[in-house]
Amino acid sequence: MYRSRRFFGNRSGEVARKRLKLLLAADKTNCSPEFLEMIKDDLFAVISKYLDIDRGDVEVGLTKTFPNREESQMPVLYAAVPIDGSLLRGHFNAVI
Amino acid sequence: MSEVIVITSGKGGVGKTTTSANIGTGLAMLGMRTALIDTDIGLRNLDVVMGLENRIVYNLVDVVEGNCRMKQALIRDKRYPNLYLLPSAQTRDKSAVNPEQMIKLTEDLKDDFDYILLDCPAGIEQGFRNAIAGADRAVVVTTPEVSAIRDADRIIGLLEARDMGQVQLIVNRVRTDMVRRGDMMSVDDVMDILAIPLLGAIPDDESIVVSTNQGEPLAGTDTPSGQAYLDICKRLLGEDIPITVPDGGRGFISRLTGFLKRA
Repeated sequence: MYRSRRFFGNRSGEVARKRLKLLLAADKTNCSPEFLEMIKDDLFAVISKYLDIDRGDVEVGLTKTFPNREESQMPVLYAAVPIDGSLLRGHFNAVI
Repeated sequence: MSEVIVITSGKGGVGKTTTSANIGTGLAMLGMRTALIDTDIGLRNLDVVMGLENRIVYNLVDVVEGNCRMKQALIRDKRYPNLYLLPSAQTRDKSAVNPEQMIKLTEDLKDDFDYILLDCPAGIEQGFRNAIAGADRAVVVTTPEVSAIRDADRIIGLLEARDMGQVQLIVNRVRTDMVRRGDMMSVDDVMDILAIPLLGAIPDDESIVVSTNQGEPLAGTDTPSGQAYLDICKRLLGEDIPITVPDGGRGFISRLTGFLKRA
């Protein structure tokens, strides 16, 4: 089982659970995927002024859990923007 | 003190009618005077699942419109003399009845019955509004699938917005073998997402198909789903029965024992 898990990644039950949680959060807040795309575009525009990031890596969505916190009663908007460490250092060097 | 329970789901095909028939049969088996009402006007089904399709003379719309008395339209079950069905009309549509008429209908039945079960149509339109109008409490049926749970969540929201009393969940068609290998959401997962109390879980059981073919609900019979339905009925009557998810006969062990039983 362990091997098959590694081989196939997440089992479909877990995939279903995660999809459903996001779907229900979006239904409840009346927040459409297009709306999230608009937020993502604006975030990307702002952050890319300072950092060289890839739009494809930016993730914006709704969740029910804060990191390191109990489950929230209200939906939580989250944004994840992966950055290359070297870019960050380069930028700060340039500023300094 | 009689109680009106609506059995609803949002999505079609998750087992509302089967659940209504089996809860009705189980409650009758436990001695309760029970009325089953098919509120799906235009798409009559509960009569077929109960095996009473040949006995229909009058229907729900006839009662509402005053073409007959309630007693003339109620059909007595084949096996339980304390179980009755009020069939729906096949040639009319949802607009033939309004919520006020449904409230009056259920009020009229309260004198003669302990439990009145309303089999709700799929959807959230007028048929749904009619069905929930006269109900004291609701049972939401879902299956462990993304689409069914999403619709159940919407229905729960609508029921709460209308101040429905108790709202409880039945998770239908659970396959323990698939849950075990991680390819189906577990009953706990579904409960966690929908956040309402669980009334019971029904395994995906071939006997249900056989029972529907024959027009004889299987609540109380020696089948995994028959026992699960009977447990649900006992919980409705207030008994404290722990919820287990029986194996529907698809796991390796139960297939093996089934094979040995037949051999």
